[in-house]
Amino acid sequence: MAAVTETIEAVEALQGGDKYRHGFITDIEQDFAPKGLSEDTVRFISAKKGEPQWMLEWRLEAFERWKALEEPDWAKLSFPRIDYQDAYYYAAPKTSTGPASLDEVDPSILETYAKLGIPIREQEVLAGVVGAAKYAVDAVFDSVSVVTTFRAELAKSGVIFCPISEALKDYPDLVRQYLGSVVPVSDNYFACLNSAVFSDGSFVYIPPGVRCPMELSTYFRINASSTGQFERTLIIADRGAYVSYLEGCTAPMRDENQLHAAVVELVLLDDAEIKYSTVQNWYPGDAEGKGGIYNFVTKRADCRGKRSKVSWTQVETGSAITWKYPSCVLRGDGSQGEFYSIAITNGRQQADTGTKMIHLGRDTRSRIISKGISAGRSSNTYRGLVSSHPKALGARNFTQCDSLLIGKSCAAHTVPYIEARNGRSTFEHEATTTRLSDEQLFYCRQRGLSAEEAVALLVNGFVREVMQKLPMEFAVEAQKLVAVSLEGSVG
Amino acid sequence: MLSVRNLHVSVGDTPILKGLDLHVPKGEVHAIMGPNGAGKSTLSYTLAGRDGYVVDQGSATLDGEDLLVLGPDQRAAKGIFLSFQYPLEIPGVPALTFVRSALNAQRKARGQEEIGAPDFLKLVRAAAAGLKMDFEMLRRGLNVGFSGGEKKRMEILQAVILEPRLLILDETDSGLDIDALKIVAEGVNGLRSPERSMLVITHYQRLLDHIRPDRVHVLAHGKVVESGGPELALELERAGYDKYGARDAA
Repeated sequence: MAAVTETIEAVEALQGGDKYRHGFITDIEQDFAPKGLSEDTVRFISAKKGEPQWMLEWRLEAFERWKALEEPDWAKLSFPRIDYQDAYYYAAPKTSTGPASLDEVDPSILETYAKLGIPIREQEVLAGVVGAAKYAVDAVFDSVSVVTTFRAELAKSGVIFCPISEALKDYPDLVRQYLGSVVPVSDNYFACLNSAVFSDGSFVYIPPGVRCPMELSTYFRINASSTGQFERTLIIADRGAYVSYLEGCTAPMRDENQLHAAVVELVLLDDAEIKYSTVQNWYPGDAEGKGGIYNFVTKRADCRGKRSKVSWTQVETGSAITWKYPSCVLRGDGSQGEFYSIAITNGRQQADTGTKMIHLGRDTRSRIISKGISAGRSSNTYRGLVSSHPKALGARNFTQCDSLLIGKSCAAHTVPYIEARNGRSTFEHEATTTRLSDEQLFYCRQRGLSAEEAVALLVNGFVREVMQKLPMEFAVEAQKLVAVSLEGSVG
Repeated sequence: MLSVRNLHVSVGDTPILKGLDLHVPKGEVHAIMGPNGAGKSTLSYTLAGRDGYVVDQGSATLDGEDLLVLGPDQRAAKGIFLSFQYPLEIPGVPALTFVRSALNAQRKARGQEEIGAPDFLKLVRAAAAGLKMDFEMLRRGLNVGFSGGEKKRMEILQAVILEPRLLILDETDSGLDIDALKIVAEGVNGLRSPERSMLVITHYQRLLDHIRPDRVHVLAHGKVVESGGPELALELERAGYDKYGARDAA
């Protein structure tokens, strides 16, 4: 199996070093906002971005509300109190204060993306393997987008793909109409914080009837020390539009914990379809739990249109803490939501992740397939809500939650909430928990596979159903990541 | 040639094998028979290198090479194949993928080139046809939803493809009806070769009607207590294991 061979090669390539291969730091001069969080910080960020007055007011209102909110404590996560004053809320490379042509981008940033294997030169993609699909990239470095590729080509189809800071200038009406319409400002503590201090992220608009001609992707990189990343992504698929979008995330290895609090809003009008995939590989901290990203993310899709369809696929391997529930509001009659998830925790990682399927319209359908893998001394929780409202007659959901335990010191939890508020909803829930057995491992090794090959094979088998939902190019990368994340999980 | 000398093996604190001697020359098929609890499976697991089977004394070599210092995957690459009494299920991993990964891992370990997809498929198609297996079944998760007979056939199919030097069949007849037993036995007989040793571990004589052994050894109390030709198996079938004090064997 090619993928297994590759995973093994990936593992071998790492031997002698730390298993996290994106942990380098780019040495570059950066502009920072003064440390800490206050109204001034919010004004500073807004001014840096040259935002319209309404946007500043929106942010300030969010900040006021945030001050009155409490950090949520219902998740199965334990971590020391976050000191929100002990962090920077804005960091941008000095030489690249906004979207620029590649010639203007600092060479050390270009080198960073080259090291990460992200094609930010269009010709690199074009010169790639024969038959490889083209995909456009928005590269966000700490608090700013440094480059967005293929914009001209996308514009020919009427597709807008740009940093959100730029969309605020060029398409203020679209942004104003939809920003915060899916995740309201004070939806939750972290979303509210994001609303006040978000710095960059991607904006996508697909016009009616347009099938986006290539995969879109945003690549988030945290580089600066003591800095939080607060990105904001807004994707609008107009009537009958289709787009497949992928985000990837990495960060340097640092001893401190860094905060990442993102908000992603998806809007779908009639017959629109969005496929949103995430490969999240933030630095997970070391084996003893020192350092790593705190990942508190709010992602929600609003299927406003009839027969619209949204699909979330996530591969979560990184972060010290993951708090994330990509959700679907199935408002339009006949709309559909899907959630496919692979969450892997190793070492001291903690993940509390799942989804919410909120059925509001008639004949709405949803499907949840969650594969949780825990190794080391980690904790992995699936938390999900499926609800149907009185008008959502004929709502259907199928949920399957499978947990795989590797070793004896990890934990897996499944916390499903199911609320049917009409008599004509059909909800199914299946859950399994299994341990990667010594017998299976021995069986594989008896046939000639090494212990690491055996684990990679067994785990890739366990997650196969979800892996198949990822775009091809990323599935290969994700399979490697699975093996790397679990390196050292069997003795 | 498999040579086992004075082998003592314990599991946990319990000694199971207590000075076992066994020699299976190339090209021969030897049967190991014995009552439940005599240590038959312990012998097969120990030869394959399973964790938890601790060798306290003795040696085991294949063509003069020490097996006991090798991990299970290294032994597999040296040519040891254990057909499991209860083959494991591997959900989400198609049998084709599994067998090809195994073959290539072994080839890599031996410094050979990996086999390409077309050549591999040819091999598998021929092997599946020989065992009267539906090729489509090999696209499903390995052993998932397979019947007992299908699982055993799948084991033999892997042996055909991996071409071991020593094939150990651990209670291969258990759970098989007579038709499946015949097909499996035919597959095994097809594997007989002057270059290969076989160890057939079984409680019952009936498998040996189909796979005729060159030698039969009786294992009781962790030792080979009697050896003979094929007629010994018939004798056991008639008289049972009583004379070896089977009831005392834990």
